[in-house]
Amino acid sequence: MSGSPLIRLADITKTYGSGQAAFQALKGIDLSIETGDFIAIMGHSGSGKSTAMNILGCLDTPTSGSYQFMGVPVEQLSRNQRALLRRNYLGFIFQGFNLLSRTTALENVELPLIYRGQPVAARHAAARAALQQVGLQEWEEHTPAELSGGQQQRVAIARAIVTRPAVLLADEPTGNLDTRTSEEIMELITAFNREHGITVLMVTHEPDMAAYAKRVVSFVDGRVESDLGNGEAA
Amino acid sequence: MFWNTLLLALRAIRRNLMRSFLTILGIVIGVAAVITMVTLGNGATKSVSDQISSMGSNMLIVIPGQRFGPGSEGAPSFKSADVDAIRNQITAVERVAPMVNKTVTAVYQANNWSTVVYGSSNDYFQAGNWELADGRSFSETEERAGKAVCVIGETVREKLFSRQNPVGSEIRIKQFACEVVGLLRSKGQSAMGSDQDDVVVMPLRTVQRRLTGSQDINRLTVSAKNGASIDAVKNQLTLLMRERRNIGESEEDDFRVMDTRQIAETLTSTTKILTMLLGAVAAVSLLVGGIGIMNIMLVSVTERTREIGIRLAIGALEREVLLQFLIEAVVLSSIGGLIGIALATGASIVLAGLMNVPYLFDPGINLLSFLFSAAIGVIFGYFPARRAAGLNPIDALRHE
Repeated sequence: MSGSPLIRLADITKTYGSGQAAFQALKGIDLSIETGDFIAIMGHSGSGKSTAMNILGCLDTPTSGSYQFMGVPVEQLSRNQRALLRRNYLGFIFQGFNLLSRTTALENVELPLIYRGQPVAARHAAARAALQQVGLQEWEEHTPAELSGGQQQRVAIARAIVTRPAVLLADEPTGNLDTRTSEEIMELITAFNREHGITVLMVTHEPDMAAYAKRVVSFVDGRVESDLGNGEAA
Repeated sequence: MFWNTLLLALRAIRRNLMRSFLTILGIVIGVAAVITMVTLGNGATKSVSDQISSMGSNMLIVIPGQRFGPGSEGAPSFKSADVDAIRNQITAVERVAPMVNKTVTAVYQANNWSTVVYGSSNDYFQAGNWELADGRSFSETEERAGKAVCVIGETVREKLFSRQNPVGSEIRIKQFACEVVGLLRSKGQSAMGSDQDDVVVMPLRTVQRRLTGSQDINRLTVSAKNGASIDAVKNQLTLLMRERRNIGESEEDDFRVMDTRQIAETLTSTTKILTMLLGAVAAVSLLVGGIGIMNIMLVSVTERTREIGIRLAIGALEREVLLQFLIEAVVLSSIGGLIGIALATGASIVLAGLMNVPYLFDPGINLLSFLFSAAIGVIFGYFPARRAAGLNPIDALRHE
């Protein structure tokens, strides 16, 4: 895989509906992402940034174009193969946290490891370590309803990084949080990028949050409008 | 993959305890109702047929008219001469017990009790499998002379004599006093629900003279000799009675000769219909339970669709998600089915005891209800999940 980028999108389009009601959310996206990068995808609502994120996360499929992940053409993968790709290489953080309700923090974090078929002992240890990394070692047995929004998002981050994914995809991770909590969450994400080399793709519409990224890609009306390095400021 | 999925399914059951409980409850009630009803019905049927077959297979009952029970009026009754003719002309006959009955009020001192008097001979005791708890049966002289003697059942003794020994006392029936010579051993309730011990037996002639005032006989109980063909006896009986009752070649019998198998069929057909009816009512409750499960599953489908979206995003395969839901459904409905079977077994044993019918374990209905409940759980638990698992992960996540 030497030489080829981690992710390469070429002329990706996505159309919802058909005929008169058809809406083209993405109108030809080209994007290359190298390992270890931290990219903020910005744009107003309806700019197509979330659609691009879902395609990058293999949660949705493009209408046309090619998507290569580690040199593998994703658009040629079956549904199950895409699930395995998510399982083995991707981690997700959502705006709405998306934890399993009435399930303890530890069990939530364990979930991806269960699907990976890890034995019990290794699974518990890894999940505990992940919760410790996000500062929630005291909260293992608490369910999402007993946790604050920031704590829930930390659990979600622990669940996303417990498998040591190649790419962490974060869709408006601070959208439901206050400023101080948002900053804490961003520090965590930045740390995982810097210390563990996890590539981060983050969708946001807040410039303050985008400032943590190494590179900012702006979407306008289904196209990439600008793609700028953040210098070394982050 | 299976063990991990089992773990996930059990966790899902645990974290939705209320929903799991309601799901199980619907199945428990349905399964328990069906099994209990059918088991009790079978017990009642068994009890009836046991009672008939305890009469022995060499037994025939002859009644006037074509039907068993009411509605046989019109056809002439039998006479004592018929009894003698059967005794004398059919060599394979062992005994002929004539019977006539009348409802009367029996009085002893200040107590009175309405009961049924059966007029017969000592053969009656053999035919009905009666044993004497005390005293004796009738002597030949008493039978021939129509003496005022009687053998009473346990219920009559209790009502008239409370704790006293009745043998030797005199009870009054209508205008005459009647000496109690024997006490029957208690038989309890019959399968049809009547009290078999509520009975007074007298010699035939006594009842004919003093109570019915006619020579009529309502029923003949005929037993064949050991080794004799019951069908042959039945044919001879039929021919003899046709002849004695002057029935022409082309005319139908105005009496009926039944063997114990036919009697059993007649009587058990009633309880079988009852069993089916009760089973059908209970099946409705099982169906209602199923609809309850469907309702619970549909209500929770929104939450579960999001859950499926999360699992798919994390990297679960569609078939893993489906397997999890299938296991959940099977575990829940199996637990429900097993609890239902346990409950039904307990309830059936208790109720069978109260109703005085034997408890019969029926593996068929247990298996059938269990499979039906499992099928309901699987169908209503699995199919909503199947739709959700087929969604794009992102659509499932966005499901509101």
